[in-house]
Amino acid sequence: MASRALWASRAASYLRISVFHRGFSTVLKDLKYSDSHEWVKVDGNSATIGITDHAQDHLGDVVYVELPEVGASVTQGDSFGAVESVKATSDVNSPVSGKVVEVNEELNNSPILVNSSPYEKGWIIKVEVKDTEELNNLMDPEGYTKFCDKEDGNH
Amino acid sequence: MVIPQARNLHLSRMNLVRLKGLPILQQLHIEEKLLRASSENWCIMNDGTNDPTIVMGVSGKPAELLEIESVLRDQVPVIRRFTGGGTVIVDQSTVFVTFICGKDAVPGLQLYPRSIMSWSSLLYNKVFQGTGDFHLRENDYVFGSQKFGGNAQSITKNRWIHHTSFLWDYKVRNMAYLKNPKRAPEYRLARGHLDFICRLKDYMPRTIFVDKTVEAAGTEFSLRPIRLEEIETHYESEYRPSTSLLTEQELKSDIASEQELKSDIASEQELKAATASL
Repeated sequence: MASRALWASRAASYLRISVFHRGFSTVLKDLKYSDSHEWVKVDGNSATIGITDHAQDHLGDVVYVELPEVGASVTQGDSFGAVESVKATSDVNSPVSGKVVEVNEELNNSPILVNSSPYEKGWIIKVEVKDTEELNNLMDPEGYTKFCDKEDGNH
Repeated sequence: MVIPQARNLHLSRMNLVRLKGLPILQQLHIEEKLLRASSENWCIMNDGTNDPTIVMGVSGKPAELLEIESVLRDQVPVIRRFTGGGTVIVDQSTVFVTFICGKDAVPGLQLYPRSIMSWSSLLYNKVFQGTGDFHLRENDYVFGSQKFGGNAQSITKNRWIHHTSFLWDYKVRNMAYLKNPKRAPEYRLARGHLDFICRLKDYMPRTIFVDKTVEAAGTEFSLRPIRLEEIETHYESEYRPSTSLLTEQELKSDIASEQELKSDIASEQELKAATASL
């Protein structure tokens, strides 16, 4: 368990990614987080969205990803697709409102990327953001870390 | 009488719907609507369905999972449901039990697949109480190493459904419509269907199973009987279920796609072999 954290630190250092560590799951700086465990990386009015390391760890191996159509509208807090793992479909909700401009087609062939690389190769959709003010409704990395700790600590 | 009532005050309320022989497509449509359009908790029990029907999970590919030529020849209906998981063939001898809940219905339950299944296995432990070495094994309900109940789930932001088809009995010839799945639990050990599954009727009478399940649910929730007509009145919503009956065209085109893919793979392998020999 400690070795996994150590490996993650070394990998993060190599990739020049800043990380928090909360036990087993990784939380990245420079991202925003929803209370349903999605992350968003915003660059101007373009956003990349996926599910967090905490989520993929709790879901189990992903065997299928239901992707939206390019051009579809998404609304903050509402479902836009789903992942299947351990005989369950779990909704994936959008942290921002806007229009889908790209989906990660690679997930059709390799859904396991959501588990192995939740913040990089496992991204799910890219969105043209409607209102960047909505980001204020999301958690920063420290807030998300505490949120996950509380959620796991209560159960 | 005072003690049970006092206890019920602390239990979440759950609507109990008891059905018999409802077509499985109708049952799944109702379940999907209640998951998405209701804020209440539900237990649905359907004692058998009408005609033999194949039900695949959301990502199921017919050509991989079914003997399609036999299915088409015998005109067996094939449904793709909204929950995850594998493929079953259901009929009058299948007993269905479904729980649809809000996130706070079970105190302390996290809305993830394994947490929900841990909870459900504890509930069914109360039903079987050690009968036949019942337990949850790699996400299946088994007696020992034989599966008798297939379950599946769908989880939204604030609600979840866990539904199970219990093989009270089954016809051997129906299992011939199903291929051995590529994704299978380790304990299956490549066994064919007939060696892998068992009949619940060999362990417990049907009415006893149904009654004990209601009793077990009653220890977790405050149950309120509801008639099917009340659901249909309340939830005539605009929500369009994704669960659907596959057409003959869809089944045939899946065979064609599979054959095309196999042909492409074979051609690629031939080319590689030819190149390697140069």
